[in-house]
Amino acid sequence: MFLQPATLNAAIDLLAQHGGKLLAGGTDIFPALGQTALASPMIDISRLPELCAITTGADTIRLGAGATWSEIVAAPLPAGFDALKAAAREIGSIQIQNRGTIGGNLCNASPAADSVPPLLTLDARVELVSPRGMREMPLSAFIRGNRQTALAADEIVTAVLVPRENGDFISHFSKLGARRYLVISIAMIAVALKRAADGAIAQARIAIGSCSAVALRLPELEAALVGCRSVTDIATRVTIARLGGLSPIDDVRASAGYRRDAALILVRRAVQDCFEKRTATVGR
Amino acid sequence: MFDTQAATPFTLNGHPVEVAAPAEWRLSRVLRDELGLAGTKVGCDAGDCGACTVLVDGETACACLMALGQVAGRAVTTIEGLPAASPITRDLQQSFLRHGAAQCGICTPGMLVAATALLGRNASPSEEAVQDALGGVLCRCTGYRKIIAAVMDVGSPVAAVARPLAGKAVGARIDRLDGQRKVDGTDVFGADSHPHDALLLRAIRTPFHHGRFKLGDLKAYLRDNPGIVRIFTAADVPGENCFGVIGPFADQPVFAVDETRFRGEAVAAVVGEAKAIEALDLKKFPVSWEELPAHLTLGAALADKASLVHEARTDNILVRGRVVRGDIDAALAQSDAVVEGVFETGFVEHAYIEPEAGIAHRVGDRMEVQACTQAPYMDRDDVAKILGIPLDAVRIIPTAVGGGFGSKLDLSVQPFIAVAAWHLKQPVRMVYSRAESISTTTKRHPGRMQVRVGATKDGQLTGMDFSGDFNTGAYASFGPTVANRVPVHASGPYFMPAYRALTRAVHTHVVPAGAFRGFGVPQAGIAQEQLYDMLAEKLGIDKLQFRTQNALRPDQPTVTGQVLGAGTGIRACFESLEPHWQRALKEAAAANAQAPADSPLRRGVGIAGMWYGCGNTSLANPSTIRLGLKADGRLALHQGAVDIGQGSNTVITQLCADAVGAQIDSIDLISADTDLTPDCGKTSASRQTFITGKAAQLAGEALRRQILRLANAGADAALSFRPGKVVVQDGGIAHQIELSSLPRDARGYVLAAEETFDAPTTSLDADGQGAPYAVYGFGAHMVELTVDVELGLVKLLKITAAHDVGRAVNPTLIEGQIEGGIAQGIGLALLEEFHPGRGENLHDYLIPTIGDVPVVESILIEDASPVGPFGAKGIGEQALIPTAPAILNAIAHATGARLHRIPATPDRILAAIKEAAHEG
Repeated sequence: MFLQPATLNAAIDLLAQHGGKLLAGGTDIFPALGQTALASPMIDISRLPELCAITTGADTIRLGAGATWSEIVAAPLPAGFDALKAAAREIGSIQIQNRGTIGGNLCNASPAADSVPPLLTLDARVELVSPRGMREMPLSAFIRGNRQTALAADEIVTAVLVPRENGDFISHFSKLGARRYLVISIAMIAVALKRAADGAIAQARIAIGSCSAVALRLPELEAALVGCRSVTDIATRVTIARLGGLSPIDDVRASAGYRRDAALILVRRAVQDCFEKRTATVGR
Repeated sequence: MFDTQAATPFTLNGHPVEVAAPAEWRLSRVLRDELGLAGTKVGCDAGDCGACTVLVDGETACACLMALGQVAGRAVTTIEGLPAASPITRDLQQSFLRHGAAQCGICTPGMLVAATALLGRNASPSEEAVQDALGGVLCRCTGYRKIIAAVMDVGSPVAAVARPLAGKAVGARIDRLDGQRKVDGTDVFGADSHPHDALLLRAIRTPFHHGRFKLGDLKAYLRDNPGIVRIFTAADVPGENCFGVIGPFADQPVFAVDETRFRGEAVAAVVGEAKAIEALDLKKFPVSWEELPAHLTLGAALADKASLVHEARTDNILVRGRVVRGDIDAALAQSDAVVEGVFETGFVEHAYIEPEAGIAHRVGDRMEVQACTQAPYMDRDDVAKILGIPLDAVRIIPTAVGGGFGSKLDLSVQPFIAVAAWHLKQPVRMVYSRAESISTTTKRHPGRMQVRVGATKDGQLTGMDFSGDFNTGAYASFGPTVANRVPVHASGPYFMPAYRALTRAVHTHVVPAGAFRGFGVPQAGIAQEQLYDMLAEKLGIDKLQFRTQNALRPDQPTVTGQVLGAGTGIRACFESLEPHWQRALKEAAAANAQAPADSPLRRGVGIAGMWYGCGNTSLANPSTIRLGLKADGRLALHQGAVDIGQGSNTVITQLCADAVGAQIDSIDLISADTDLTPDCGKTSASRQTFITGKAAQLAGEALRRQILRLANAGADAALSFRPGKVVVQDGGIAHQIELSSLPRDARGYVLAAEETFDAPTTSLDADGQGAPYAVYGFGAHMVELTVDVELGLVKLLKITAAHDVGRAVNPTLIEGQIEGGIAQGIGLALLEEFHPGRGENLHDYLIPTIGDVPVVESILIEDASPVGPFGAKGIGEQALIPTAPAILNAIAHATGARLHRIPATPDRILAAIKEAAHEG
């Protein structure tokens, strides 16, 4: 069964009535399906007008959950979103970026989801709607584990919300993968910095993905970086002890030990690159 | 909300359509099966390969990731409609042809769609922009460089290229003769065409590496699932439930009986109408599995008292190979320097973009199988055996083949669909999923090689002691070929006075390892060429100098005692690299010296040599070519070599045209079909240009002689094939042969010639001495790269490839083989490893993308073979062999770290760097 509601309210009603899978960009649903037949209804939410818009309000920048990566790349967004845009360009291929959506990426909750570290550094919140109404929660609370989210069976993610002042950060994203395109990350780093008038780091936000079940912010390191005035300063303050709760695993892409070693290097370089506003990425 | 079970309206290639298919179906499936637009290819159903790229409202999308319902009201453009809609696409198609950017053609529609979208918004893109735009489409044949060149060259003025004159086709860069249909997207691959009454077959496969099984109540399952027309099991195989590419070793069942020996082995199949079969949950098929302990590695299968994979194969050894010459122990004892090492290589998947597919029809008491294959006559023999019918009751019609690289030599879908169609008397088709293709078809043998090599203090090689084990998996496939090829080649293209090479093909419970571009020789090259670098370093001799100095001379015996004589072009290959080598060493040294002290980037240069015997090892492998002259003045070339993208349709026609003295446009090509073309053997072992090409030359010459006799003309006369006549210009005299006046043979030809060629080889004695091949191809690659020593990341900068091809029949196609071989060598060295049961898809199993292959400079050496057609040798496998060891040598040059286990993934490289630092 394929259902194509015309409005968000209709979609919520259909989901409540039939259950089933929400289809947006299809870039995770169809690969998972393989050759097996569809067991539950498919509800196409890819064209709901309520989900598509990217808007800037007084306090909040709202990315509709149905915004595709290509739309996000093309949207006029402040510098704090540069890391998110860079991550968007690394997701799969252009074909995937043209279809895959920000909401879908979050709901899929892969530890290797490229968008999550930049969104964590933006202190993004997730907006959810169900017949019980609307609720909001921090992204860090929404993604609960490997492929696990706080999404209820009758709920739809409608938007990702970013406090407008977070657009003022300088941001940077870097991804380590085994090949140039179409590659699942071995590790990825997002950095957002604010510089004081004298050039020193006034505020730092750093998140790392693919090195734990859920991408993590690194608060200890963020605090330690405040006051750094040079890339050399940064190098001395990025230490393994400050990478905190990483719990990398061995998989087909890399060993756990390698991820731990690489994370340190990648974080150091990403912070330095962000500090110098360099755009070079590793892993190419 | 509208009722989506009704027809979905959208605009397709500029025309409104309404499709009454389930709206949740993948758009790719709807385009192909419901609308008959098979130019949109399906390679993975997961967005990993981009073969199904189409435009939706002008933007690229993977049609496999969209539901039909999602395109309601939108404009979808496919390769079928794009040329009419966009002059850019038409220019791109011509540019792809001109550059040889399409080989097998399976990725070509996706590439063209993606490139059209790019050029629509950026008329003169940079190389990086082309890579970004095409990064989502995988190609396994070309190495991408010619695709990049073709896209960047669109719009530049093109001088019209005239077809070569009669007698001048060999050596000409003519466009691939079967290229137009590849760039049009109209070439018909295994899954592209089937009649509407064709039934669909799906196999029931074991989830365990090793196990027993019991079939349950099949009758009840049939009753509960009325859409199933019939279930097939081993009991339904009319002939022998056994097949294999090497007759005496054939051991693989169509359907397993009681025991399964690898994950994915089939135990049964269900057949019915497509919709019904697709709706089944095959996990509910009535079968009970019992998992048994499995040997997955060489170590497990070779352990003391290891259980046997096959009762009759003692110690789990399928076959041993042996080549021994001189006294190796004495030679190494007397050497001034000896190095040794253990090298291990991974399980590598062919990863052609076309999963196996085909259709079988029963025609009376004959069976016709149309499927993607590299070996129609071998398929015919095994299908006849499986069905228990005579050979001439089987017709194999190869479809276009979307990449093969060795794995489509073995049967895949053919036994299943043939058995089913035989019983049902209705066409039966099967299309492998990507998971099925990866998990059940052959792989490159993982190898474990222990090698010692010695030299004198002035750098003359003294001897090599090589022992290698190769994991051949659950069934024989080409395990014997690997075990026999490796010891013949493990010395590399050098003079080796003393030599002992012992190999074993070892059975385990993994998917069979078989043929993969090089039959074990690339694995041996990884050991041999790294050790030569280590030896040269130890002796303080330049690594290229060391190789040049030891390069086999025409008068020196090989390790099998064969003196090759003319056509031993390895020295020329190394010498041609000399200026490149000096430049690259200088540049690397300068870059490293100039880098800031804290820079993690180190430049390195590596080199490796290669040799590879063309054709079967000491075994007959003749090809027969038939050439007929029709009364209308056209020539019919019955060319049975399957063109899997490498270009045999074009190359063999070029050779034949020049042998006749005809313009290439006078020839009509009749491609492989066991009813229409004589046996040209299999497309493997780099044998088609050499052996089939030689048969084509002989047939062409024979027909030419007949024509000259009719005109009583001299050997140098010029022929001109015109409507209804042949004009023979002999000196000042022009003879006209009116063809309508000549009698016609049973095939309708007024003149015909059929010639067979087999390579002159001898069998090998107990010490492996003899002449296993009549022709060897030689080559050497030089790799320049940067290693990020903090992350273990490699960035390839340039690969310079010198190959002795004897005679470059079509330089564009040869460069295509070299670039494609290099891309696979890059994957072998840096990326690719299959883990049975994990990563049965193209996002965990990573092959190089368009951003992973650096600039390639090809240097073609033409040291003519006295045996090959017009001097030509093979190139298909040769191109891949030296890439991986040259990369590994460059990594060692850059970092001091030796990689003993490949692929050299970032984690392994970083570990090796740390170990080297620790030792240093």
